[in-house]
Amino acid sequence: MSGFIKVLEGLDRRWIYLAMAISVAGPIIYIGLTGRTLPESATPAAEAVYNAIEELPARSRVLFSFDFDPGSGGELIPMATSLVHQCAARGHKMYFIALWPLGPQLIEDTIKRVITADYPHLKEGVDFVNFGYQAGNEAVMKVMLTDFVKAFPKTKTGDASAQVPMMEGVTRASDFPLLITISAGYPGAKEWVQYVVSSSGGKVKMVTGCTGVQTPQLYPYFPGQLAGMLGAIKGAAEYESLVNANLAKTSGDAKVQPKYQEAQRRMGPQLGAHLLMVALIVLGNIAYFAKRREGARASA
Amino acid sequence: MKPSRNWIVVLAVVAALIGIRAFSGQGMGRVFVKAEPITVQVAADARMGTPAQSVSWTRWSAVPAKAYFAAERANPQQTEIQFSWARTMGLWLAAFLTLAIFSFMYRDNPAYRFAEAAIVGVSAAYWMTIGFWDTIVPKLLGSVWPNFVKANILPSLAEQSTVQVVAMWAALVLGIMLLMRLSSKGAWISMWPLAFIIGVTAGLKIVSHVESDLLQQSVATFKPLLALERGADGAVAMAPTVWLSLRNVLIVVGVLSCLTYFFFSVEHKGLVGRSARVGVWYLMITFGAAFGFTVMGRVALLAARVEFLFDDWLWLIDPSGKRVVETLSMVVG
Amino acid sequence: MKRLVPLWIAIIAGFAMLLSAFLPATESLGETFGDVFNVVAAIAFVLGAGSLAKINLAKVSRKDQGWGYAVVTLVCFAITLLAGLGKIGVHPNPNFAALPWSGDKESEGGLFAWIYEYGLVPITATMFALLAFYVASAAFRAFRAKNVEAVLLLSTAFIVLLGRTFAGVVLTGWLPDWASGLRLENLSVYIMQVFNTAGNRAIIIGIALGVAATSLRILLGVDRSWMGSGDAK
Repeated sequence: MSGFIKVLEGLDRRWIYLAMAISVAGPIIYIGLTGRTLPESATPAAEAVYNAIEELPARSRVLFSFDFDPGSGGELIPMATSLVHQCAARGHKMYFIALWPLGPQLIEDTIKRVITADYPHLKEGVDFVNFGYQAGNEAVMKVMLTDFVKAFPKTKTGDASAQVPMMEGVTRASDFPLLITISAGYPGAKEWVQYVVSSSGGKVKMVTGCTGVQTPQLYPYFPGQLAGMLGAIKGAAEYESLVNANLAKTSGDAKVQPKYQEAQRRMGPQLGAHLLMVALIVLGNIAYFAKRREGARASA
Repeated sequence: MKPSRNWIVVLAVVAALIGIRAFSGQGMGRVFVKAEPITVQVAADARMGTPAQSVSWTRWSAVPAKAYFAAERANPQQTEIQFSWARTMGLWLAAFLTLAIFSFMYRDNPAYRFAEAAIVGVSAAYWMTIGFWDTIVPKLLGSVWPNFVKANILPSLAEQSTVQVVAMWAALVLGIMLLMRLSSKGAWISMWPLAFIIGVTAGLKIVSHVESDLLQQSVATFKPLLALERGADGAVAMAPTVWLSLRNVLIVVGVLSCLTYFFFSVEHKGLVGRSARVGVWYLMITFGAAFGFTVMGRVALLAARVEFLFDDWLWLIDPSGKRVVETLSMVVG
Repeated sequence: MKRLVPLWIAIIAGFAMLLSAFLPATESLGETFGDVFNVVAAIAFVLGAGSLAKINLAKVSRKDQGWGYAVVTLVCFAITLLAGLGKIGVHPNPNFAALPWSGDKESEGGLFAWIYEYGLVPITATMFALLAFYVASAAFRAFRAKNVEAVLLLSTAFIVLLGRTFAGVVLTGWLPDWASGLRLENLSVYIMQVFNTAGNRAIIIGIALGVAATSLRILLGVDRSWMGSGDAK
């Protein structure tokens, strides 16, 4: 066995960890210093998300469900930022809820990052509202199907939901023409499809931004039960560039704020890590076949 | 060299690098807050017997470091934007915890175990607190103890119907029974609320899974095997027709062959066996795609943590323009 | 009594939910049962927290191995609980300023929010991030092209890994338009829309059949395994 193969055979796992750390950290530093990002072109699933929001008439009701926690924030926060950005720019009324206990904090962060910072004219209770979290997973969806206020009796700040001005005309889940769930697992996009979209008889359209782990599992629902889907950080980057490009076209201002390019920036380390993964698989197989050939030679 | 000495050397080097970073340029790892005085006039409440009063407090909101630098440049005596000890210590704690978790990659160690033990306690208490304030207070206590909740926590809470009040009393009883699980003698009584949870879940799932996953997914599978796509002139467009038809055929074949593989009541021989083998190929492709996407997801999470260390803590990069390092960007870019 | 009552509770609750999906007259019944379920689910958090405290207190009192970490767990648990239930550092809701308890427990400046931002976020996010390293190590050691199935899995992983980054564009972007379907970025989309969709759809249908059958067995009282050993059929 050659020396190289021997090295591969006995390679300590910590060298692999170090290689992964460098392949991720290197591009982060480069992009962090230069601000350069890689170009993105949108796939049909990401385009469908954009179109679903864009096609709604202004001041439509959009229900956001933040079904994730900070553990998946690296993938999903950029999606949340861009989705709220497009809805705010389009002038939709945004209703935020969470079925994960840590979701309300992420909603607050997104509201501060996008709405408070760039759309200060939007008023809480009139243009957007955060209802916070409710325990019960699918049972919350079940209650929402017939009585939204019963499912979420108060806003996060402690005001009665029924008294929120933008709740006028809202009684049940089907009063929201578009549902956007940002999903990291259970309960999440799959449950929204199963319990709300499928039983609404087409009244509720749903798009989702989901983690990489969930993306393959949700593909069978697209484009039937799911109108659009942002899969993993790549989906977020595609959608982000689509929203930025179109908003720049509308406003005539080509300068994009860095906070709206988070996913695109993250595609740099993604490239480095994916190339490393491919290299590791190839090297692992080289070592495997070399050893197998040597074993066959020895037995012959 | 002994492992413990290795650790001391590594930690000393890291500490020295952090020290150099902390005292060079703009420094690192600081959080600034802006003061916003709030004064609210509260009207007299005859029902509660409280007089009219003025309530004041200061809201402190985190601001980017560049806002502090700008304010200091404009007026070094300003107090509106200040350095926050509490949040800066928090930031350093967050950096320590991040590194403590990463240290597990080298080997198990007390720092990792500390972080692990801490998160278990914090998570359990966090979930309980959220459940208490968001669900138990407005729904349960708001129904069974409405006057107290309205007088102290949620004054605008709506009146509950009798059905709702009765339902919430039932929920309270079931909840207490559930908590009996903590006692060794009364644990059996917790089977009642557990039965309720099982029953409701079963009733919910049977409908949703049949409607959404069995029926609608089956309908989505059986698309025309020859899907004619027409162009603007109404004529059949060959290339799209071929691609779409091929796609529909591949999906039908794939779903049926995978289902055959899952069907164990018939021996996988002959046509069934061949079909099941095709099903296995489809599943392998499915798992390969799942692997690719899983890698993608995990790397994104890692990138976010590395960004936190380099950006928020070490101030080595500034991708979102939180500090004043535009000059560096201009030089490099 | 100990088994009969739970059995009937499960059957009645299950059928109430089932009927509410079909009969509009029973819709409110399903809604009420759902609401009770939500409150019981919130109380389950209290049970979880109590159980954790009980186990760790026992560990400390017995001085089990690693009991010091149980102390860390208990201290962190107590501080978080105190910060959250006591709303420490939280200001009142401006609409109800006279009520000190009316504020949002997670509002900025409070101790609970501080614990979230500087304790919960870094640990949970980094724990998930660790998996990037393990998946790399596992790929190096376990991904072997031993047979047709493994080759299919590996090839798909390659296409997805390369096709979902800029590498795909660099490697196959030169392909002419008539062969654009073979570009890695398009190939990865095609795999997801066709092969992955078929595979996962079969899994979804299989699971749906399993869930429906199991639920039905519970509702009819045939499956009693959830009540523990002895009564399972």
